[in-house]
Amino acid sequence: MSEARKDDTILDVKNLQTVFFTNSGLFRAVDDVSFTVRRGETLAIVGESGCGKSVTALSVMRLVPDPPGRVVGGSVTLEGTDLLSLDEAEMRDIRGNRISMIFQEPMTSLNPVMRIGDQITEVLRLHQEMTAKEAWAKAVEMLRLVRIPEPDRRAHEYPHQLSGGMRQRAMIAMALACRPALLIADEPTTALDVTIQAQILALIVDLQKKLGTGLILITHDLGVVAQTAQRVIVMYAGKKVEEATVEDLFENPKHPYTRGLMASMPAVISFGAKTDARLNEIPGMVPSLTNLPPGCAFAPRCRLAVDRCRAEYPPLQEVDGDHFAACWRATELVGVP
Amino acid sequence: MSDQRPLLEVTDLVKHYAVRGGVLRRRVGTVHAVDGVSFSVGKGETLGLVGESGCGKSTVARAVLRLVEPSSGAIKLNGTDITGLSKAEMRPHRRSMQIVFQDPFASLNPRMTAGDIVGEPLAVHGLATGRAQQERVAELFAQVGLRADQMKNYPHQFSGGQRQRICIARALSLGPSLIVCDEPVSALDVSIQAQVINLLIDLQRKNDFSYLFIAHDLAVVAHISHRVAVMYLGRIVEIADKSELFANPRHPYTQALLASVPVADPKAKRLAPMVDGDVPSPINPPSGCAFHTRCRYVMDRCKVERPALVEAGEGHQVACWLNDGTGRPE
Repeated sequence: MSEARKDDTILDVKNLQTVFFTNSGLFRAVDDVSFTVRRGETLAIVGESGCGKSVTALSVMRLVPDPPGRVVGGSVTLEGTDLLSLDEAEMRDIRGNRISMIFQEPMTSLNPVMRIGDQITEVLRLHQEMTAKEAWAKAVEMLRLVRIPEPDRRAHEYPHQLSGGMRQRAMIAMALACRPALLIADEPTTALDVTIQAQILALIVDLQKKLGTGLILITHDLGVVAQTAQRVIVMYAGKKVEEATVEDLFENPKHPYTRGLMASMPAVISFGAKTDARLNEIPGMVPSLTNLPPGCAFAPRCRLAVDRCRAEYPPLQEVDGDHFAACWRATELVGVP
Repeated sequence: MSDQRPLLEVTDLVKHYAVRGGVLRRRVGTVHAVDGVSFSVGKGETLGLVGESGCGKSTVARAVLRLVEPSSGAIKLNGTDITGLSKAEMRPHRRSMQIVFQDPFASLNPRMTAGDIVGEPLAVHGLATGRAQQERVAELFAQVGLRADQMKNYPHQFSGGQRQRICIARALSLGPSLIVCDEPVSALDVSIQAQVINLLIDLQRKNDFSYLFIAHDLAVVAHISHRVAVMYLGRIVEIADKSELFANPRHPYTQALLASVPVADPKAKRLAPMVDGDVPSPINPPSGCAFHTRCRYVMDRCKVERPALVEAGEGHQVACWLNDGTGRPE
């Protein structure tokens, strides 16, 4: 990364390692993952369930439940502060203030017995010097910012009185109330209907531009990635297997897993195609993290795997300008369908 | 298709639920879950039913199987109206219609082995017992891509995709002519989703049964269906052949749905929501066309008169005043 861009970096994660100690053994949920997020940039982390994308986010937030989990290595630097060295009180000052997170199911992250306005007010008064009245006014302003109709009235309502889309808007209002440098959104639209998803994604991207917030968007939906992100990380079995700009990744995916994901996704665009056409599937399933193969974790499902893939884990290499992949055969793959 | 009579014919299906309140549990309102739905499914055909949550698509699925009693309307399976049949009279028909649910964990008994789960319908209907049943189950396991030695395993020992395969094997066990799939892949990961969709397509090619395929994911529906019906607040607003519907959507809601799907192509960025606001409550659905509160082409007429589903081209029906004569929004 060039020096000029480095100034813009708000989050720098280096060699993050998070493990879980369970009855069936130790497993590495996040294994040697590094990435950076710049001001106003959207980084998408894509992968299927169990690939470690959510644990990566929780590690950055220092919210990994301990026990059974623990961050055992690496560094997480937010605006020059090493988050992993902070104690819990210091971390509480950062959460909701400099770094916020929104989750998939807004109903489980909102307090059901507190009015929406009070919940936003609570965040504001915790982190900023404000009177109750100022904070309430600011909360209403935030609700207006996330385009909740009649924000004055809605601020007095309880979460159950709002629809799913409204609740997610309220969550966003709360997350952005203190103007954090970084927002982590973990599958923010997965529980929503598609027309509401379009509204919420447009809102997140719009606010992020307006406020200059860095955004980590965790999703399994490549469509969402293509529409929102600038950079993308693909994770598989706890490891980063590919990283590229969004244009590069979709145009020229290097890792066979990324290619498989893209091919297996039914596209609405394929409506012109023959009726009931079969999809390209990735055979087999994600391996258990407690019992990973010695080489590349994707090798058992990869039709391009050779002996080397099964024996040695491929390092993450720059295969093209600013395009990284962890695959022994990534450079040969150009042009292979 | 040599026989032109559809396998399943649903006419004016209505399902209302009472909302009760107060100490006396008096009826204080009605949920119009399904509000006059008609469609048919041909032999060997897949009809996709799409819509957002609360549009009534799952209620349609359950009503077709008589897992919920419809308030009114007719459901004809192979020409026989099954709506008035008693439990005992229903039983022979149950063999020909099966269902696969969304959550394969909630729909499998955790205390039964996978083999017993798949074999149970055979025993209930007295088709096979003992050794014959075991052999039939092993055959079904092979058909859905599971190994016969997995028959003695319990549901928790399978992954989500494999569990869905067990559900499919169970649905196949009685040789049905209609399988209702209620969001069968929405709980699965993308790569596993493709495996299950392919399996469903392959099984249909082999066995020539029909699917009523319910999903909220347009891409999945676009892939597996021959025809697609779009539901909004308990009504079908548009129904057409798949390629026609996706290439030439007539109803503003269908257009909005299609435009809302994020396209997996960064060059085609278009995050502009086509509709604002939320789906209204089905307890007090809007008058006239239920979509008029969110429609960008709304006219005065839409607010008072409910448009009927009318022909708008070859096998293409749409319920929208814009398509009444003019056929196009201005």
